[in-house]
This record gives sequence, structure tokens and C-alpha cells, in this order.
Amino acid sequence: MSHKVKNTVTTENICALLVFAYLIIYPAFHSAYATLNMANFLITVILALSLALIWGYTGIFSYAQAAFYGIGGYTYAIFCKNFTDPSLTPIFLLGGVIVGFFVALILGYFMFYGGVNDVYVALVTMCFTLVLETFLAQTAGPEWHIGSAQLGGYNGINAVTPLTVGGFPIKNLALYIFALVCMTVIYLTMRILEKRNLGYCLLSIRENRQRSEMFGYNISFIQMMVFAVSGAIAGLAGVLYTSWGGYIVPSAVGMTQATTPVVLVAAGGRKNPTAVIIFTLIYLAISQKLAASGSQYSLLILGLILLLVVLFVPKGIIHSLFEIIDRRIIRIGRNTDIRIGGGSE
Amino acid sequence: MLAGIVNYLYQFFDSFTFLILSVSGLAIIFGMMGIINLAHGEFIMLGAYAFTILAKASVPLFLASVLGAIFVGLFGYLVDKLVISRLYGRPLDSVVATWGISLLLRQGILIILGPSLPGLTTPLGTFSIGGSTYSVYRMMLTIIAILILMGVYILFHHTQFGLHSRATMQEHTIAQALGINTKRMYSITFMLGSALAGLCGALYAPTMTITPTMGQAFQNDSFVTVIVGGSDPLIGMALSGGVLGIVQSALSLMFGTFYGKMGLLVVAIIVIRVLPNGFSGLAEKYLVNRRR
Repeated sequence: MSHKVKNTVTTENICALLVFAYLIIYPAFHSAYATLNMANFLITVILALSLALIWGYTGIFSYAQAAFYGIGGYTYAIFCKNFTDPSLTPIFLLGGVIVGFFVALILGYFMFYGGVNDVYVALVTMCFTLVLETFLAQTAGPEWHIGSAQLGGYNGINAVTPLTVGGFPIKNLALYIFALVCMTVIYLTMRILEKRNLGYCLLSIRENRQRSEMFGYNISFIQMMVFAVSGAIAGLAGVLYTSWGGYIVPSAVGMTQATTPVVLVAAGGRKNPTAVIIFTLIYLAISQKLAASGSQYSLLILGLILLLVVLFVPKGIIHSLFEIIDRRIIRIGRNTDIRIGGGSE
Repeated sequence: MLAGIVNYLYQFFDSFTFLILSVSGLAIIFGMMGIINLAHGEFIMLGAYAFTILAKASVPLFLASVLGAIFVGLFGYLVDKLVISRLYGRPLDSVVATWGISLLLRQGILIILGPSLPGLTTPLGTFSIGGSTYSVYRMMLTIIAILILMGVYILFHHTQFGLHSRATMQEHTIAQALGINTKRMYSITFMLGSALAGLCGALYAPTMTITPTMGQAFQNDSFVTVIVGGSDPLIGMALSGGVLGIVQSALSLMFGTFYGKMGLLVVAIIVIRVLPNGFSGLAEKYLVNRRR
């Protein structure tokens, strides 16, 4: 076996293949309801991947992913309320993504060109999320409208037209496939990025900002652009969610929702998108079971997971598992190679 | 006219007090350790719960608020020993960990004590000038806030603890080399910060509904104040409390509370763009220039 082939046979890649194979055959063996439910999980996976890109790869801790998610969703809903023609919805989808991109770009401009980093980014993005939620929640009155779309306060915007392509509404199975395709494209792009110069550049910013700057990278610009792209991805997730449920509410932007991707990414393994996908799917399945049996403990469990992971497996549960299995079984005789998931703290 | 001015001044001191009291614990921890305590709001909530439960058991209000602060201080010491002390030098991980703690506290209190405690009535009554009524208790809070600022000043600039802590803040490796137990300094700071958060909760408890999520009301404002203030707990806190107090009270009076809150965020974002180190960076630059 050549080195190249040997290097691709890792626990991570095998697991990724298995997960994608499972997701592809999933609708064939499950009811329409379960498939639709799974589509929602995939949308959350996209949201988590957007955080993995910004936090895991570039080292920028953002609490604002849920805000961009909400912004994407609200944009889509507002467009749909103003222009009722369903054949325009693909354009609205793009609109949601683009608005997410530009809001993140502007916020990123203020932060990264202002020299704001590390903990401050966490604070600013958290305040941004809080203010957005407060703002949306108090828009109950009839004076809060954009065109003919009422923002609706706590009730949000309801009965939003689902995504429609060429007269064919993307619902149920079609939505599942669409979400799966979006997720796969984002995931593969991230994996390819790992091996490209751009990916190495992001990684170097994560490991040492000053040193990367000395090497001649314009780190403020790169940070801003990555932040904007991750905002766009989160916006896409928001649009898909709105199309999935037909509604968007302020609590989709709220602090609980903002924490979910952080927990998923931190506990799964923030430097490793495969780990993020696997952990997200497992976590969502478990938490749905828990919610069905009495939800008051699910937040407790969430908090406990976060605490224990940070204290005992700072790399993330799934990522650490990958490493252990790699070391024990597969890596015998393989030469070590610098990988994006590898870098130490 | 006079009534208008008095009204504005009252509003200003009210927001100033709120910002100073809610930020003091957070600012000390952040300034010393570079750790953002995301459970800050929940520590405030714990203080309010401790105070209310004690006050219901007919402990005098003054004693109850001191005991509330001490209780939260001890709780902070425990949190530091169990969690934070393992995360020194990993500020981002401590953000995630303290968020976990805040979830645990919020949901734990909800499960143990239910969705809300019946609150107390605001003590000390009211007085009126020109047709508007003002609460004496809230005026007293302003005095307490100023006392806390003075206390922090004396603690950090006129005691040995202050000297050691400022040394740790500036250059912790050298401080360590000179024989200061920096780990202990961090522990004490975290305890002190928690106690101040608890005091804030205890002081505001009679004016609010006591719920497990009440900390959120403090969280946003205190974070904004820390961002704007920068790393020096004293100068940053006082200056940003003052400026943000002016902005918030003016906007709230003119357009309503919501715009006051939005104004805070806008100011914070602009200040960060112009002064990355907040007001303490500005003050430092001024002091350095003057010395030359």
C-alpha cells in the first residue's frame, strides 16, 4: 500500500463513510416522519459545522451562530411574506445566505479590525445575540413590519412558504435530500480545505496569530472573511429550518439555541468536522428521547456534559476516540503527518 | 425644568448604579485572571435567592445582604477549586466551562426551588419632587455603588494584597518569581468577585421578581460594561459605568428602555473599534504621556 492510501485509512475517514452511507439509506428504512425529523437534525449539523469552521479551524469563539441562523431564517420568512410567488423561493434562500454573510461581515469588520480577539469576541457575539433576541421578542406590535411581513414578537413569523424549485415544493424526502447535499458539500469543502494552503493559513491563525501576521498574512481580513462565511453557512441552516417548519421565532435566536452549537462542537471535537457530525446526530437523538420523558433534566445534562468535557477531554469526546483507535489499531507503521485535527493546544 | 433635571439625574444615577453593582464582580475577575465568568448572572441570582430566603426568615435586611454576599463568595471559592483553577491560562475553555456552570445553576435552582420566589417589597419608601416619585432605596444603592468603587480603590492601591494582585495582573510569571503565590491570588480574586456578584443580587433582590433566569437581566449590561471598560477593574469600571450610564439614561428617557439597551450595544461596538483596550487603555495612555 502506498503512503497516500495508508494515510487516508483513518478511523475518522472510515467513520465518515459509514455515517454518510447510513444517512443515504436512512429514508429507505424509516417512516416519512422519522425522515423529516432527521432532516431537522441535519440542519442542526450544518449550524454546528459553521461553528466548527470558525472556532475549530480558525480559533475564533463565536456565540453569534444562532443569531446568523435567525437572521437567515427571518430574512427568508420576510421575503416570503412580501412576495407570495413560490417559484421565487430559491432566490430568497440565497437572500437569507447573503444577508447572513453581510451581517457577519460587518460585525467581523468591527471586531477584527478593531483588534478584538479571544474572550472579547465571545463577549461581543454574545451581546449581539442577546440584543437581537430582545429586539425580535419585543416586535409584537403592528408597527413592527417589513413590507407586508409582521415580525410578530414572541410568536415570530408563521405559515412561511416552503422552498419550491420549479413548481416542485422541497418537502419531506426532498428536503431531507437537499439538507443532506448541503451538509455534504460543506463537510467535503472543509475536509479539502484541511489539505490546502488556505486551510493551513486558518490553522496558523488559530495556533498563533502574531506569528502568522509576521509571515505576512493579513489576519484581520482572513478572520473577517471566515467569520462572514460561517455566518452565511449559519444563515443557510436558518433558511432550511424556516422552510422545514414553516415558522421562525425569536427563541430560535435565543441563548439556549446559541449554546447548542457550542456544546455540540466542544463536546464532539471542535477541530474535527467528522466528530462534530457524529456527536451532533447522537446528541440530538438522545436529547429528543430525554425531552419526551421530561425535559427539565436535559439542560442539566447539557451543562454537565460541557463541564466534564472541558475538564477531562478538552479535545472532544469523538475526536479523542478517533485518536485512541488510530493509535491502537490503524496507525501501526504509518508515518506521522501534520493534520489539521492534530495540533496540540 | 428643575423637575426634568432631577428626573434625568435620578435616571442617570439609577443606570450608573445598576452598571457598577452588576459589573464589579465580573470586572475584578476579568481584570485579574483574564477569565470571563459566564455564570456571573447566575452568581447574582444565587445572591438574590440567599438574601430573599434569609429576609423571609426575618433576618435584618442589612445582615441578610452581607450573608448573601458571603454565601456566594464561598460558593465561588468552591467553583474555583473544582473547575476554574484547572483552567488557568485557558481563557476560552473557561468560557465554555462557566457557561456549563451557569446552565447547571439555572436549571438546578428551577428544579429545587421552582419557577419563582415571592419577592419582598422595596424598603425605605419613596419621596417626590415636582410630581414624580423616587425610591429612597435606589438612591441608597447609588451610595453603596460609590462605596464599592472606593473600597476597590483602597483594596487595590493601598493594601499589600492590592500590590500583589496588581503585580500578578501585569506579569504573573515575574510576580511568581518574586515569591507571590499567584494561584492563591487567583483564588482570592475569584472569591471576591463572586462575593461582589452575590452582593449585587442581594441588593437588587427587593426590587425585582426572584426567578432562576433573573441573572440574564444583569448579564448583558455587565458584559457590555466590561468590554467598554477594559482590563483595569477600577478605572475601566468607573469610566464605562459613567459613560454608559449617561447614554442609557438619556436614550431610555427619550425613547424607552429598549432603545437604552440597544444604545449600550452600539456604544460598546464603536468603543471597541476605536479603543481596543477600552477606557482603561485610554487612561493608561494618558497617564504614560503625562509622566513623560
